[in-house]
Amino acid sequence: MPAITASKAEKQKFTKADFQSNQEVRWCPGCGDYAILTGALQVFAGLGIPRENFVMVSGIGCSSRFPYYVNTYGFHTIHGRAPAVATGVKLANPELQVWVITGDGDGMSIGGNHLMHALRRNLDIKILMFNNRIYGLTKGQYSPTSEYGKVTKSTPFGSVDQPVNPVSFALASEATFVARTADIYLPHLQSVLNRAAEHKGVAFIEILQNCVIFNDGAFKDVTERSIRDDENVLLEDGKPMIFGKGRKKGLRLKGLSVESVELGQDGVTEKDLLVHDQRAEDQTLAYMLSRLDHPTVMGIFRDVTRPSFERRAHEQVQNAKERYGEGDLLDLIRGKETWTIK
Amino acid sequence: MQKPLAPGVQERKRLEHVTVRFAGDSGDGVQITGDQFTNTTAIAGNDLATLPDYPAEIRAPAGTLPGVSGFQIQFAATDIYTPGDQPDVLVAFNPAALKVHVNDLVQNGVLIVDTKKFDKINMAKAGYATNPLEDSSLSNYRLFSEPITDMTMRSLQGLESVSAREKERCKNFFALGMAYWIFNRDLGPSLRWIQDKFKKSPGIAEACQTALKAGYNYCDMTDAFQAVAYEIPAAPTKPGLYRNISGNQALATGLVAASVRSGLKLFYGAYPITPASDILHELAKHKNFGVITFQAEDEIAAMAAVVGAAFSGALSVAGTAGPGLALKSEAMSLAIMTELPVVVIDVQRGGPSTGLPTKTEQADLLFAMYGRHGESPVAILAPATPAENFLFAIEACRLAVRHMTPVILLSDGYLANGSEPWRIPELSELPEMKTEFAHANGKEFMPYARDEKTLSRPWAVPGTPGLEHRIGGLESRELTGDVSYDPHNHERMCVLRAAKVARIAEDIPPLEVMGDEDAEVLVIGWGSTYGAIRSACRRVQEAGRKVAQAHLRYLNPLPRNTEQVLKRYKKVICPEINLGQLSHLLRGRFLVDVIPLNKMQGSPFTGREVLEGIEAVMEGRPVRQPGSDRPFLTTSNYSEG
Ligand code: SF4
Repeated sequence: MPAITASKAEKQKFTKADFQSNQEVRWCPGCGDYAILTGALQVFAGLGIPRENFVMVSGIGCSSRFPYYVNTYGFHTIHGRAPAVATGVKLANPELQVWVITGDGDGMSIGGNHLMHALRRNLDIKILMFNNRIYGLTKGQYSPTSEYGKVTKSTPFGSVDQPVNPVSFALASEATFVARTADIYLPHLQSVLNRAAEHKGVAFIEILQNCVIFNDGAFKDVTERSIRDDENVLLEDGKPMIFGKGRKKGLRLKGLSVESVELGQDGVTEKDLLVHDQRAEDQTLAYMLSRLDHPTVMGIFRDVTRPSFERRAHEQVQNAKERYGEGDLLDLIRGKETWTIK
Repeated sequence: MQKPLAPGVQERKRLEHVTVRFAGDSGDGVQITGDQFTNTTAIAGNDLATLPDYPAEIRAPAGTLPGVSGFQIQFAATDIYTPGDQPDVLVAFNPAALKVHVNDLVQNGVLIVDTKKFDKINMAKAGYATNPLEDSSLSNYRLFSEPITDMTMRSLQGLESVSAREKERCKNFFALGMAYWIFNRDLGPSLRWIQDKFKKSPGIAEACQTALKAGYNYCDMTDAFQAVAYEIPAAPTKPGLYRNISGNQALATGLVAASVRSGLKLFYGAYPITPASDILHELAKHKNFGVITFQAEDEIAAMAAVVGAAFSGALSVAGTAGPGLALKSEAMSLAIMTELPVVVIDVQRGGPSTGLPTKTEQADLLFAMYGRHGESPVAILAPATPAENFLFAIEACRLAVRHMTPVILLSDGYLANGSEPWRIPELSELPEMKTEFAHANGKEFMPYARDEKTLSRPWAVPGTPGLEHRIGGLESRELTGDVSYDPHNHERMCVLRAAKVARIAEDIPPLEVMGDEDAEVLVIGWGSTYGAIRSACRRVQEAGRKVAQAHLRYLNPLPRNTEQVLKRYKKVICPEINLGQLSHLLRGRFLVDVIPLNKMQGSPFTGREVLEGIEAVMEGRPVRQPGSDRPFLTTSNYSEG
């Protein structure tokens, strides 16, 4: 396996064009995926890591076409299994930069189990979940993140199941880096991806993404320009959670829940507000924030450091070699008890 | 290597071969006893074959019939091929073990029974109304009713650091000591093993060793045992250094050897499943060989990770059993489509579904062959004996990497847990495994360009500058690998993938025929039936008749001369532990009227069962169901049974 060295010192300069493949991008015109691709390509170029050291791994769905459009190594795998395939890729060669691209159907439904375990193991991969709350590739069935009562081709009378919240899921699965952003918040998306790239361990990013064809306006009530300020809380580490037009609102803890308050009303001051701590070991508060829907909390919920899975696995190999010496094949084949026939 | 006669023994009776079976509750240490007896026997230079028989339940209630665990070994002064048809010696630790096994014991066979558990409760659990040790029901056997547990306790009286319960658990070593005396074995290997095994609890080690010696001395001092003092001379074998090895051990060791020989890092992905888990356990110990073992969240993830590791350039292997193979078929298809080298080990067990998890079967052959969606050929190998797993693990890796294809290796419960003496090869005897990753050469990189000879595509691993490319489950265009829905491209790629696997036939040895080339009857088998077929054919020949044997170790592609061999004989018999899967393949492929000989009882064929089948075919009689007088069970006559 070729050894990979990309120390900060020899950080190379790349452009977005270096990371663009020669394949024609084939999402529907107006699909949110275009913006995410553009943002991601710029981030990849800016990391200063040669493109041969990247591997894009995806499952099945509209989002999972992503690897074809990135001029790195890429693996468009099977439905839901991208985290598992990526686990093999990364364990076999920990030096690689492995990015998993998945969607709400791929990641939360058929691949929910793999996603949970990749997250809890803290494998050093970056998982981008494009959440459009619909199955696009199969032409419009409700997904595990579709709102309750969703009318789709497969649920003409409305869906009857409770949706899952991807950020809550990731936090509950012990992920060490969890964030939420949106396709149309390009600068925010890029800053989150950059932080994810720096994180040594698993990074999970839910990207709210519009599907113009089957679920247009999926996040209209969150991201539309006219209401955006009042409907989004942008988390900033170490800062009080202030939001709203003119930054007059904030989030405050009330008992075991988080409430939205007006600054200046009923004597509420900045001091009463929650202050964001990405590094908090306990994810309970982050979890509560992830559940809010009016306003929706965006940004990095959690960023804590723990040894990554593949590092630990390779350390065991290293330690075994130091302790017992490099394996001797003949010794192994001989085993413990032998006898000689003359 | 043989010890001098034990004091007091006038003369030991020489035997050519003996079959011994140990049986007791799953907590009685039967498997340890069997393993120790096997090792010592191997070191004494006998040829041997073993058959451990685990109860299906984790711990069935003590003393009940389903809770009985058994271990059978045949050892001999000559070559042998099976663990023996019927035991000559049976050691039973409780009434249930006696009940389950005594009918298998040969007439006048040696029966050693621990009297301790022959109380009302335990006899009732086994369904004995009266004490069989006291009525005349066992008069056909040479019965030794011995207070094994009580004598064990007495021999350990002075040992204060060990609890009474722990002392009682040493009774299997007392019985082992008795067996060692009967067959004139050296206690050294087991004494050393105990020392090593219990080095952290010296009290236990001392208790086990004391019990072992006490059992040996008891026989030495007791006149009755003079009549069963035996000697089985060492078998003449090829000179060399030997060890005893089980199928799963051989497989794991072979995988490490393949990794060392190829210079590729071994990646083993698995999910716990009987009877394959021991391969994972074994490999997890060998991290100093750079082995990465990954216990995945499920069978699907294990296979998917193995495919990912293959993309990254590791020697990538998955191990499982039937239900796991079913779950793996999706990711295996991805490996077929992306033409990545992976090895999938299927340690077959009784199916379908959870089936008989601890019992052996060969019923995954057609599943290995066809059990995936689309046209999805893979190479399939099957070792014939426990030790052959070593070379076949290497062979599976070699073919996978050289031909850029998934390879399935079919073992089974019998091969996995059975063991045999194995001449340890020199490293220079191991096959070469050259591997080269692709490197940029200035030209545009074509991930689906093909090697002229093997039709394999280049192995271009991430991290290699200039070879960035995308692969995936969607059909790829020839050469470029770009996604392609072109119908003619799809057809061509399907044919190419099949041709690539078919070409492996050029890279494997032809099918060998053993026995009488000019016989009328050929017995063809695959996998673990080898020993039983071999021993049956020997007996046919000893009776002055002619028979030929051929054994397939490569099931896909078949050796080049398979058709030629099959068509040389008037009658072809195919014994299998399934309902006729290889028969079906051979009939379909070559239009040869193969006569199936099948058994589905969770246990391997005995030599006698195959012999009876061959004789029936030779004499134009219908083939009988093994182990009974009924005609062979088929889907149309099952109600008559
Ligand atoms: S179906 Fe929806 S998600 Fe898929 S490409 Fe079209 S717009 Fe995008």
